[in-house]
Amino acid sequence: MIELSFPPAVILILGAFLIAVARPAIRPVIVLLAPILTLWAIWRLPDGVLLTTQFLGYPIELVEAGKLQRLFATVFAIMAFAGGLFGLRQARWTELSAGYAYAAGAVGVSFAGDLITMFMFWEFMAIFSTVVVWCGGTDAARRAGVRYALMHLVGGVVLKIGIEGIMIHTGSIDIRPLDLDTVDAWIVLVGVLINAAAPPVSAWLSDAYPEASPFGSVFLSAFTTKTAVLALILLFPGAGILVWIGLFMIFYGIIYALLENDMRRILAYSIVNQVGFMVCGVGIGTEMAINGAAAHAFAHIIYKALLFMSAGAVLYQTGRRKCTDLGGLYQSMPITTACGIVGALAISAFPLTSGFVSKSLISEGAAQQGLVVVWYLLTAASAGVFLHAGIKFPWFVFFHKDSGLRPADPPWNMRAAMLLFAAACIVLGCFPGLLYGLLPYAVDYAPYTGPHVVSQLQLLLFAGLAFFVMLPAMARTRTVTLDLDWLYRVLVPRIAGGVLAAWQDLGRLLGQAWGRSGASLAERLQGWFRPHGPLAQTWPTGSMTLWVTVILVLLVVMAQRGSP
Amino acid sequence: MSTHDPDPQARPATPAHWLSRSETVRRLWVVFAVVLAVTVAAEALVHMHPRFRVEGWFAFHAGFGFLACVGMVLFAKGLGFLLKRPDDYYPGTSAPPAGEERGRD
Repeated sequence: MIELSFPPAVILILGAFLIAVARPAIRPVIVLLAPILTLWAIWRLPDGVLLTTQFLGYPIELVEAGKLQRLFATVFAIMAFAGGLFGLRQARWTELSAGYAYAAGAVGVSFAGDLITMFMFWEFMAIFSTVVVWCGGTDAARRAGVRYALMHLVGGVVLKIGIEGIMIHTGSIDIRPLDLDTVDAWIVLVGVLINAAAPPVSAWLSDAYPEASPFGSVFLSAFTTKTAVLALILLFPGAGILVWIGLFMIFYGIIYALLENDMRRILAYSIVNQVGFMVCGVGIGTEMAINGAAAHAFAHIIYKALLFMSAGAVLYQTGRRKCTDLGGLYQSMPITTACGIVGALAISAFPLTSGFVSKSLISEGAAQQGLVVVWYLLTAASAGVFLHAGIKFPWFVFFHKDSGLRPADPPWNMRAAMLLFAAACIVLGCFPGLLYGLLPYAVDYAPYTGPHVVSQLQLLLFAGLAFFVMLPAMARTRTVTLDLDWLYRVLVPRIAGGVLAAWQDLGRLLGQAWGRSGASLAERLQGWFRPHGPLAQTWPTGSMTLWVTVILVLLVVMAQRGSP
Repeated sequence: MSTHDPDPQARPATPAHWLSRSETVRRLWVVFAVVLAVTVAAEALVHMHPRFRVEGWFAFHAGFGFLACVGMVLFAKGLGFLLKRPDDYYPGTSAPPAGEERGRD
């Protein structure tokens, strides 16, 4: 066994630190080099527990490598590279620095060998992802960042309570499959699911991510939800409830994306939709389905980042984010349009794209287990993905009506990042062996069979037909769609405002009732407590002794009655 | 239409992109219809092996994909009547830029 001196995440953390303090001239070098070095470190790791230390008396495993961990860490490092390249010359340095620290947290979670290490990197991600949201720089971004931070702090506390319960009740902090027969395991599940944007808190994602900058949202799209998927695979494989939670997320994402007007919020809802496929795969729990969830996470990070890049390029070049203000951009942004379409085809699982070879593993897993209803729902949802993300996003942004805007394609580094990921989507789709070789279990599945290709093309193309037939029903409106975040964005402030107003009214009423002198409650209280007021006077020692005696007697009597 | 128009205000500054012309759009619809027909016809050529009974119906995926999407659009439309609000509904959301018309497109 090789004795490792540091976890791979440390390289990215160091990179994030150096980006913040280095001279501007060498920053781009650090941005491009740090993820590559991290990738190198990830692939040097042999399997097994590689780095242990003591923390609060617990032996913790800072690095435990395996195929699954390596798969996730690899795509996180690749994602950091593409995100860094995309924002190389346009994003603020604080933003890139925070983005790299956020990516480092994700790599750290991937290799965590125990629950304490996982939790520490988990919170690391929460902190720096909040900074990335705040880097959006607008008032809306500041507010959304606060809500995002609160949600993740609550999620972190819940997770920590569950982990502590497991530590106390089992004495073990190992990351291993947990049975859902203890309260502790359920609490951990809830903590992880909050980060996966599961119901009822799915709204945090579409609330926060679209408020970040064009570059920040590319980073945000990748890490938090996918580390949650990894945690689910490691902790709750085969937990049946996840199938239904996943299916709910899938259809929630489709329906809300269909109603949405903001192009990046469409993509944000579609993250919930895609993570739903992965959660469902984890719930099915067979080797085929777990492979599917892991492969889909890998493919998804790349095509979703690509979609966010194309949306970010449009936002960067036009300053507009709503479908009602966009359209016809294909005429002047051919590269962005082409890359956006490749991402849209990949998310829709078109043959020859990465989504086709990854998503079908999950459906196949459901079919093999004889989960008929689940299989039909997943198939309907695959058509729905093409509807809400595959056509809707490119159609309303790049085609549809002519908005009169003629922005050029974005600067070279943004184009390069998009082309890199577009190529990755196609290469993974054409050579599925590249991805299948990285999966945790051996893959015995051929995606490119005649029946599979024909049935998938039928499904998707007729979904496309449905889109154009139903187009009049999908006219974009300048609206938002209420979600359960309405409870804490509107209802709670309204109740708090009501209580405050009632309190003030009460004070005024009491003041009027007592107010022979016209003094309000506040003035009266001030009168009692002011220097030389009745409550601030020196009282005789005798009366104090008397009252202490009375309290003591009361205590003794109560103690007597309380004892058996 | 003459290429030398005396009044530049009378029509868009640039002629319509070939993809936006109505004859192109019509041609694309024809191509799309042919592709749809081919994907259904291809089912007769490849040997499908359905795992579930309904999946074995001819052109199941075509019909299922179409109907599922129509159903989802209608459901979303219905939900929209209940849950849609103007996009400056939440406090602190930025109002649209000045001079921009509001309403449906």
